[in-house]
This record gives sequence, structure tokens and C-alpha cells, in this order.
Amino acid sequence: MDKGFRFIPEQASEAASQVDALTLFLTLLTAFFTILIAALIIYFSWKYRRKSEVRPAETKTNYTLEIAWTVIPLIISMVIFVWGAKVFVHMKRVPEGAMEIYVVGRQWMWKVQHPEGRREINEIHVPRGRPVVLTITSEDVIHSVGIPAFRFKMDAVPGKYTQQWFTATKTGEYHLFCDQYCGTQHAGMVGKVIVMEPGEYEAWLNGVKADDTPLGSGKALFDAYGCAVCHSAQAPSMSGLYGRKERVADGGTGKIEDVQVNDEYLRRSILDPNDQLAVAPDGKPYARGIMPSFRGRLTEEQLISIIAYIKSLKNTPAQREVVP
Amino acid sequence: MTAINYPESAPVVEENYLNVSYDVKSWLLTLDHKRIGVLYMITVTLFFFLGGFAAIMLRLELATPKADLMQTEMYNRMFTMHGVLMVFFFLIPAIPSVLGNFLIPIMVGAKDMAFPRINLLSWYLYMTGGTIVLVSIIFGGLDTGWTFYTPYSSQFAIGNVILALVGIFINGFGSIFTGLNIIVTVHKMRAPGLTWGRLPLFVWANYATSLIMVLGTPVVAITLGLVVVERLWGVGIFDYRLGGDPILFQHLFWFYSHPAVYIMVLPAMGVISELIACFSRRRIFGYEFVAISSLAIAFVGFLVWGHHMFVSGQSIYGAMIFSFLSFFVAIPSAVKVFNWTATLYKGSIVWSTPMMYALGFIGLFTVGGLTGLFCASLGTNIHIHDTYFIIAHFHYIMVGGTIMGYLGGIHFWWPKITGRLYNETAGKVSAVIVFLGFNLTFFPQFILGYVGMPRRYHFYPEEFQLLNVMSSAGATILGFGYLMPLVYLIWSLRHGKIAGPNPWQATGLEWETSSPPPPENFLEKPVVNHEAYNYHEQEPTPN
Repeated sequence: MDKGFRFIPEQASEAASQVDALTLFLTLLTAFFTILIAALIIYFSWKYRRKSEVRPAETKTNYTLEIAWTVIPLIISMVIFVWGAKVFVHMKRVPEGAMEIYVVGRQWMWKVQHPEGRREINEIHVPRGRPVVLTITSEDVIHSVGIPAFRFKMDAVPGKYTQQWFTATKTGEYHLFCDQYCGTQHAGMVGKVIVMEPGEYEAWLNGVKADDTPLGSGKALFDAYGCAVCHSAQAPSMSGLYGRKERVADGGTGKIEDVQVNDEYLRRSILDPNDQLAVAPDGKPYARGIMPSFRGRLTEEQLISIIAYIKSLKNTPAQREVVP
Repeated sequence: MTAINYPESAPVVEENYLNVSYDVKSWLLTLDHKRIGVLYMITVTLFFFLGGFAAIMLRLELATPKADLMQTEMYNRMFTMHGVLMVFFFLIPAIPSVLGNFLIPIMVGAKDMAFPRINLLSWYLYMTGGTIVLVSIIFGGLDTGWTFYTPYSSQFAIGNVILALVGIFINGFGSIFTGLNIIVTVHKMRAPGLTWGRLPLFVWANYATSLIMVLGTPVVAITLGLVVVERLWGVGIFDYRLGGDPILFQHLFWFYSHPAVYIMVLPAMGVISELIACFSRRRIFGYEFVAISSLAIAFVGFLVWGHHMFVSGQSIYGAMIFSFLSFFVAIPSAVKVFNWTATLYKGSIVWSTPMMYALGFIGLFTVGGLTGLFCASLGTNIHIHDTYFIIAHFHYIMVGGTIMGYLGGIHFWWPKITGRLYNETAGKVSAVIVFLGFNLTFFPQFILGYVGMPRRYHFYPEEFQLLNVMSSAGATILGFGYLMPLVYLIWSLRHGKIAGPNPWQATGLEWETSSPPPPENFLEKPVVNHEAYNYHEQEPTPN
């Protein structure tokens, strides 16, 4: 970590230079208008300083000028809006094949889990040059994952998954801050993001046994709770489910709609299974009240593991055996 | 001020609103809008210095990277106190309740507000709310921040959260009643001939502000009420485990609290329009555009709350809509700045104390407004969200804008309110100190935020120290700049020169009555037969 004085933080991600380019433009714009207004004020108040009590002429409304200084700022604003939105959409749209790391915030620490199983606290090791998506949640209050060197920030909201991605471009150690006030030790909820060469990252990952992966512990939980007993015959199978569009009926009104099966949907279905009922192949929704709610029975990390396991169940013959 | 002129023919008014009676009861039970304005002036000043004390403590602590002056619990309580007192008990009531109360009935040529008793009730609600909040702070305090985000405030925070929320809730009604009073007064109490197109811009700005107060404050009152309900009885409104949504709080809170920023700054813009016109001796350039832009800001201000939530998991399209709308607030603000600047052109400009505050306001508001573009733009917002950049930006608006406007207004109308003139040199020196101290305090925070320092941090990495030291040094200067007017203004009460009815030779009904004004403002009902700021028609007076 560079401890010297700087005006902008290190640019250590692919998005950083895009954000800084927009910042530079806005800074120049701010400087231009501030200096323009300040110069006019100083010039006018010197040039037209009161010399006698002769009254200045009546002020007439100049519509051309009024329209000009309404329309010109409007055009400039729209340019900034479009530019800013472009950078934002790029930061938000997770690229295909991004490596997923789970981050759970709690008062006052970050718990991090890598797909291959390695867990860490207040540190996130990532490989250089590979898109990484952070899936973030919280166990208690709202926190926020902030990594200034990546121009990255995303809130950790309890009861919800949020996602944002980055590609680190420079090896080194960078600040990890909690940016949303979360109680007494908010200022202490800090850590490090460590960017490593891909080879070193692999070596670092291998320092841990494979059965501790979210996938492994997710399978163990899936078996232990007997999920597969139902999720084959009376209930929808999990094979190839992730990423599909599914038809579901609203638990209250019975209204049928399509949903995208993603982390958020799976989480909802595990915690509140009766809110939305999947529609069976015969066109009728599965019955209410069969699947129990797992609210309060699973920790955030266990939920992440189960979801990771369900994600891994591709629609291939080999894996059909896992969920017959 | 050299242009002071004692009109020989000015009527000698024996009785004014200050000398009609002297006992405490006549003040505490007064229905006179001017006395209520003075009561507000004394009490908002008290809250300002309490909030300012907290700010100085915070800046002292942040002069070093380590926690050394106070415990972390104390620091968190201190910034909460600073925010709550400054926002709810100083910035929001400052201009509408002090200057608005005192001036709007006189500016429209009325004897009083439309509802004098409700006006007094507003002050009592403000005082009740303020006392409850002070009690909650003295007996333990609270550490939620002035934003009271759930689920921290509703389930996790310890301390007197409920008590403080009750205080803010009660104070909210004071705000609503003041807004209501101003709206009705402007609609129904205008003097003959005072059409909407002839209203002073200060009245327009406060009218727009009052609309926000009446429409917005109930929402925040209900929202804070819901936090109390959830804290007391565990009802699942914001608690996700009971089917609630913590983000719902942010929607409701910012639906009021973003427009609240305009409650703070619009009246200041109104003050600036008066000062610029008077000390340039010109009708304000583009009067209609300045007036309408106040209403436009009030309206658009209600549609942009989502820009406080760009990193809380909002959908991409939701974020894009809120970003798009946020840029529209920039336009009427820019229009005002251009019109004020254009008013100076070919004017007859005097650098009096109020004018120095006004010109300082334009400079600081320009920086505050333009840095708002960084916040409205999605690409840059993510990085600066919840950092010191945001702190710097909104202090440029609230301190550089609202407090400069308030102080400018106090200096401008002080002769009217008290009948005395203060020492101009002391006034000018303090205006310069405030301007320099302000910039030294808050400009480094833009850089501090961009390099990544999060807000509400009690201790921080060492590389942020230099900028923090600059900011703390600036805060000391700024604090001194704020204490100066307190001293020389109080001094002027006894020793200041007699002001006379119109020491600035300003136009406007408030300058056509004596200083201090008689109890019912005018001895004869005024009739208006010209537009505001008709300086070009004013009789030239010898310098």
C-alpha cells in the first residue's frame, strides 16, 4: 500500500481509469465555471463600483440570454448523464465467466469465501486480470464494501444479495473499507484487498482442503435436510434449474408469472417457500405449505453454500444421479 | 457604511415592537410575528453553537489518525449530535422561521402572519422538540447518525434513539405550521397592488420552501414514527426477518430529506436576491426566471431521492432514472447563479458586509452545485458515495450556501430588527474570515473523499492525515469567524448607531416603515404601485 500523499487513489482496476476520466472532465468543468463566475464577480464589482449616486439603468429581461443559459447547462448535463451512465452500466453488467466471491458483512468484520473453499476474514485475495464478481450480504445491519483503488462500492444489505464486479489490473495491497455507518467500530471494519498474479492466487487457494468448498458443504446440507427427497418427484427438480426462466404462481393471489432463477430467487424460495410456488409440468402450481421455511435455521454462509450447490447441478446425465 | 442617511422628514415613531412591553410574559405569549422571529433567532443561535461545538470536537479528534481525544462511542454520538442539531434545529428553521417570520408579513404589507397563534405554537413545538432532543443527548445520547438508517436504528443501536426521534417528530409539526402560515399569508394578506409579479424574491423563495415543508415533513414524521414503532414493539416494517425491508426506510427518509436540502438553501437564495439587488442598485436580472426557478427546484427536488441510494442495490434502470432527474435540479440552480452575476453588470456596487456574504455565497454555492454533478453522475457517484467528498459537497451547499445566506440576511436586516447599526469593519473582517476558514475546512475534504476516506470514521489510515489537519485548522478559523458576529452584533444593541428606517436606501415595504417597526408594522396600510427593486425610479440621494 502506497502511504504517500496523493490526489487520486491508485488505479488498480479496469474501471478505475474510466471513472477518473469522467472525474477529470467534471473537475475541469467545475474549475471553468467557478473561475468564470468568480472572475465576472470580481471584474463587475470593481468596474461598476459605486462612484456616485447616479442610478443604473433599468434592468430589462433578456430572453435570449435566459434561454441560452438554461439550454447550455442542460446540454452539458445530458452529456455528463450519458457518460456517467455508460461507465455505471459497464461496472454493473457482470461479464460471463466472472469468478464469484462471497462477502458477508457483520458487526464489525468481513467474512469472505472463495468458490474453491478458502475462507478469510477482512482480506480478499483476488487474481490479477480476471473478472471477479462479489456477491454481498450482511448478517445484521447495512454495511458497504468500498475499495477505493478499484473505484468499487456496494452495500451489504441484510436479507438481500447485491453484486458488483471488477477486474484488478495491478498486483498489490489495497484498502478495503466499510463505507456505510454500522455502529461503534465502523471505523475498525477495514481490511485489505490483495491482488496476486493468477499463478500465485492458485497456489494460495490450494492451501486449503477441497471438502470445505461452498459446493461441498452445500451438498452436505442439501443431504442433511433431505431436500432431494422431495425435489425430484413432488417438487421441481434442481437439475439445470439455475439460470432458467421458471413459471411461478404468487402464493397469495395465484397470479402466474415468469421469474429468472438467480441467487436472489433461490434465497427467497428457501426462506419463504410459499410466497411463490413453482408451476408443475401439468400447468398447476405445486401445493402450498409442503416445503417448510428455513428462515432462522440457516446462517447466511450456509445459504450461500446451498445456493452454490444448486448452481452446480447442471442438466447432465452424470449429475442427474446426484438428484435422481 | 458611508451612504447612511437620516431622512429629516422620517416620522418619529415612539412605539415599536420592542418597547411596547418589557416583561417576560409579553415575550413568551407574544403573537407578534416580529417577536416570534426574534425568539427563533435567539434559539436557533443557541442550537447553532451547540452543533458547532460538536463539529469542533470532531475536527479536533480527526487532526490525528488515531483515536485519542475521546472514545469511539463518544465520537459516534458527537457526529450524530452535530448532524441532528444542525439539520433539524438550525438549518431548516434558520431562514424561514427567523427572517421569514420577521419579514414576510412586512414585505407583503400585512399586520401579521395569517395565523398568529399557530405561529407562536410553531415556536413552542420547536422548543419542545429541541428540549427533548437535548435531554436525549445529555442523558446518554445516541449514535445512529442524523440519517437514522435501519436496521441499525431500529434494532441494533443503543442509546436514546426513541426519545430523540420523538423530539424530531414534534419539531416537524413546527415546520409544517410555519410553512402553512407562510403560504396562507402570501396568498391572502398581500397589500393592495402587490401582485405576484411584484413580490420580492425573498417571498417567492420562502413560498416555494413552505410548499416543501408542508408536503415533505409529514413523510419524514411518519417514517421516524415507524422506526419508533419497530423499536418498541418489533413490528416488521424495516426488519427483513419479519418480512420488512431496510431499504424502504431509505426511500421514505430521502423522500423528505432530499427536498429538505432545498428547504435549507432556497430561502438563502431568496436572501441573496435581495442583497444583490440592493447593493447593485438594480432590479434583479431575469426576475421571472429567478422566481420560477425556486418553484422548479421545489418540484424537481421531490423526484430525485433515489440518488442517495445508488449503491444500496437499486436496479440499473432505477438508478439511471434518478440520475437523469437529478441533473434537472442543476438547471434552475445554474439559472439563478447566472442571473445574480448578470445583475452586477452595469450596477452601482457597494462592498458592504451583507454584500460580501452574498458574493461569498455565489462563489461557494457555485462550487457546491457543480460538485453536485459528480454526485448525480452514476459513474463517479459509486466511488465517492459515503466518502468525505459527499461531506464536502453538502457542506458547500448547507454551510457555504445556507449559513452564508443567513448571516448575510441577518447583517442586512439587523438595522431593521434592532434599529441599530453594527460596526461595518468588524462585519467585513468576519465575512472574510468565514469565507477563508470555510474553504480551508471543506476544500481538502473533496480530495480526502476522492482518495477514499469514508465518512463517520473515528480513526483512519495515516496517509489521510495531512488533508485532515488542513481541514481541522480551517474549522478553527471558521469557528472564530462565527463567534465574531455574535460579539459585535450584541455590542451594537447598546452601542450601535441609530439606523433610521432605511440605512441601505433599499426598496421594499420593510424599508418604508420605521426601525424597529411599530407593533402592527405600518402606521397606514401600504399600497403598492410598482414592481420590486425599482431602483431605477428611486430618487437619487446624496452620497
